Amino acid sequence: MTHGKSHFLLGDRGGLVLLASLAVLAVGVPALNLGLGPESALHVPDYMVGLLGKYLCFALLALALDLVWGYAGILSLGHGAFFALGGYAMGMHLMREIGDRGVYGNPDLPDFMVFLNWQELPWYWHGFDNFGFAMLMVVLVPGVLAFVFGWFAFRSRVTGVYLSIITQAMTFALMLAFFRNDMGFGGNNGLTDFKDILGHDLQDPATRAVLFSLSAAAVGAAFVIGRFITASRLGRVLVAIRDAEGRARFLGYRVEYYKLFAWTVSAMMAGVAGALYVPQVGIINPGEFAPPGSIEIVIWVAVGGRGTLYGAVLGAVLVNYAKTYFTGALPELWLFMLGGLFIATTLFLPKGIVGALPMMTDPERGQWRKALAVFRNVGKRKAS
Amino acid sequence: MKAILTLLVAALVCALVAAPGAHAAEPDLTELIDGLAAKSFKQKTAAVERLAATGDPRAVPALTAMLEGRLYTLRTDGRVVVAEKSGGVFVLAAPLTGESLGQAVKKEIKKVRVNNRLRGLLRGVLGGLTLLSPDMDTRRAAVDSVLKARDESMLPVLEKAISAERDADLRGRMEMARAAIRLFSRQDPDARRTDLEILSGHPVPEVRSLLAEFLAGPARDDPALVEAGEEALDRVERSLEMWEMVGHLYRGLSLGSVLLLAAVGLAITFGVMGVINMAHGEMVMLGAYTTFMVQEVFRSSFPGAFDYSILVAVPLAFLVAGAVGVAIERGVIRFLYGRPLETLLATWGISLILQQTVRAIFGPTNREVGAPSWMSGAIETSTGLVLTYNRLWIILFSLAVVGLIALVIKKTAFGLQMRSVTQNRTMAASMGIRAGWVDAMTFGLGSGVAGMAGVALSQIDNVSPNLGQSYIIDSFMVVVFGGVGNLWGTVVGAFSLGIANKFLEPLSGAVLGKILVLVAIILFIQKRPRGLFALKGRAVET
Repeated sequence: MTHGKSHFLLGDRGGLVLLASLAVLAVGVPALNLGLGPESALHVPDYMVGLLGKYLCFALLALALDLVWGYAGILSLGHGAFFALGGYAMGMHLMREIGDRGVYGNPDLPDFMVFLNWQELPWYWHGFDNFGFAMLMVVLVPGVLAFVFGWFAFRSRVTGVYLSIITQAMTFALMLAFFRNDMGFGGNNGLTDFKDILGHDLQDPATRAVLFSLSAAAVGAAFVIGRFITASRLGRVLVAIRDAEGRARFLGYRVEYYKLFAWTVSAMMAGVAGALYVPQVGIINPGEFAPPGSIEIVIWVAVGGRGTLYGAVLGAVLVNYAKTYFTGALPELWLFMLGGLFIATTLFLPKGIVGALPMMTDPERGQWRKALAVFRNVGKRKAS
Repeated sequence: MKAILTLLVAALVCALVAAPGAHAAEPDLTELIDGLAAKSFKQKTAAVERLAATGDPRAVPALTAMLEGRLYTLRTDGRVVVAEKSGGVFVLAAPLTGESLGQAVKKEIKKVRVNNRLRGLLRGVLGGLTLLSPDMDTRRAAVDSVLKARDESMLPVLEKAISAERDADLRGRMEMARAAIRLFSRQDPDARRTDLEILSGHPVPEVRSLLAEFLAGPARDDPALVEAGEEALDRVERSLEMWEMVGHLYRGLSLGSVLLLAAVGLAITFGVMGVINMAHGEMVMLGAYTTFMVQEVFRSSFPGAFDYSILVAVPLAFLVAGAVGVAIERGVIRFLYGRPLETLLATWGISLILQQTVRAIFGPTNREVGAPSWMSGAIETSTGLVLTYNRLWIILFSLAVVGLIALVIKKTAFGLQMRSVTQNRTMAASMGIRAGWVDAMTFGLGSGVAGMAGVALSQIDNVSPNLGQSYIIDSFMVVVFGGVGNLWGTVVGAFSLGIANKFLEPLSGAVLGKILVLVAIILFIQKRPRGLFALKGRAVET
């Protein structure tokens, strides 16, 4: 903590609010769901637990993206790929736990392999019977992919929009690959029909409550890790790279290694988010790799406010809540709103909601005027 | 003398006039057809072959009826008739003349049964008998069925057809069919070698399988013949492979031209202006829907001029998409210059809105866009190569569009201003160029070109609100691969990606081929982060 006297965690007011709310949610929601009967006004229905759990997984994913976008300036349009890979690793374990309770009752092979007339388990499915191994894969597979991808990309100094486009190509290629039946991941249908996790029924409200609390804990832990990284010396270098990559390099920093570190950690977090997501929604399919999904993650972060970590969490929950509400109430309007959100956020709220809050509370700063000045400066920009 | 001559001429005229009606073989033919109702299949086969030997096309209806199971015999006198079931009764007709013979109930007639072997023979014989048809397409189909059946009894008809055939190409095919039949029927090795020689000059898939069959069967015992056969097979296979390559190349060029059309507008907005326009695909979609609207108007108001609707749609699509592009630039993008990542997000938002707008107006399902008559059809060669006209037109169209853009950029005042603003905005502005106006027009040009691409794509793809989405990643790949700020790079990038895709497809399957290409590009970018034809100099590092 060379940059100031404040503690990396205690000095961050927004972060403390986030951690406190996560703690309240982690304890409160399961208590209100399991402890109170459905007749009580404060009762949290089962579906709501699942929904909130889903939001928390998205929040974790957004936090992961904010770590690379907000702090290292790497706009990934392929974070959905890491999320989905973590999800697939978890899904594979859950598939193995079904055992012989599948439709075909085959003790050795998942249903879709029986359907495809496969005789034995492909080599890459071995080991997923073991929960510990599967959890290792949840972080390792996205981590290794990110490391290899980042190693090549950052060393060749692929930056900016080029990087964004090839991350999108990466997730697109993975999507096409996972759609293939002979990849051995269930093809189009993906993995589903899970029964239980570590012997606990996935339909049981208690299991779901525990998964919810775990998700809340994971978001909290990821925030602490992210905050620890960004507040450290390494984090300062990351910000320097974001703001002036060339200068950071000339000052002697090995820019590619700093970026690679943040990128890999972020991918692992996204993998964990996917792993928590799959048991709560009960399915993982190649659609999670679709490029538009990955672009949507970016807007969660942008709406919340990039470069704060807690802003990403806020944005993910708000946008997804809006999505749930509007796709239910006014389905035709949702895409208009999402599109409008993209435009409005980039034009009027470059720092997101979190960045706008101080402007509203403190009119003296004149931030609104600064935001509007963008329009006046249009003709005056410098040659690039 | 004069009288004799007159008599002669009169007799000749009489003979000529009477010839078709008073065919000497007519009673014969009836007899032969009655022979089709013989008891054993062997006798029936013989009867069919005898009919085939006459080469008389008038036997065709009877043989067709036999093949289709409509040939019956009357129980009363054993006559062969064609019977068509109609309600509870059968309507009878004479097999030769087709004249009606009244009706019969089921008990009065008996079906002439055929087996599979006989069916094969019948198909071949029918082919042989239609060999002399005046219609060229019928003759062509006839040769194919003769080749498939490969029955010796057809040789005489084939000979007759070869000597009568005027079309050189078709005669070649007939000779090929003759050689194919003879190869299996003749025993003399020298004669067989000539047949092989003829066959090896015809690189068609049928000859390949036929030669393989020959090598496995009749040729087995004669090493010299095996050698000749293998040589012929080799020749056929080599030229077949070459034709296959030509096919891949054509499909690759076609895909490349589609990619080029979709990417060239992007090359202008991204390459020249440095703006990532994620709504580019939606400009393509707008162009396709413009085509749909134009065709609707033509269908309801000028149905006669439907063939020209595409010609109206091209400029209109340019204007519609271009106008939307200018609106986007003025409304959103100009506030975001210098912030490329934000531009990317904002234009993505625009693309969602445009898609949803079109979905709200036209519905989420595919819209039917027709093809003008001059764009439908295909060139087909005997080697199995099919070149469709619409793809051919699209290749030409894409090249024309690129040429036109190059002309605009290189030769017009607007192009000059565009290049100067790209190179040094401040300096250009100091010289009195309205930089903002140039930006808007450049963006409009890029979008308008995307709209024209939409007209072309509407001919080969489904016109739905998602049309643009399917091309956006590929177009980015093309631009990134070819190198930014350079039309030539886009052309090379588009065609090399298209051809690479189509050559990988047969090796690894369509999806895997696409994945391989994507991975290859991702790796390529690591090697050359600025694409194939990178701009050199300081301007690159921004």
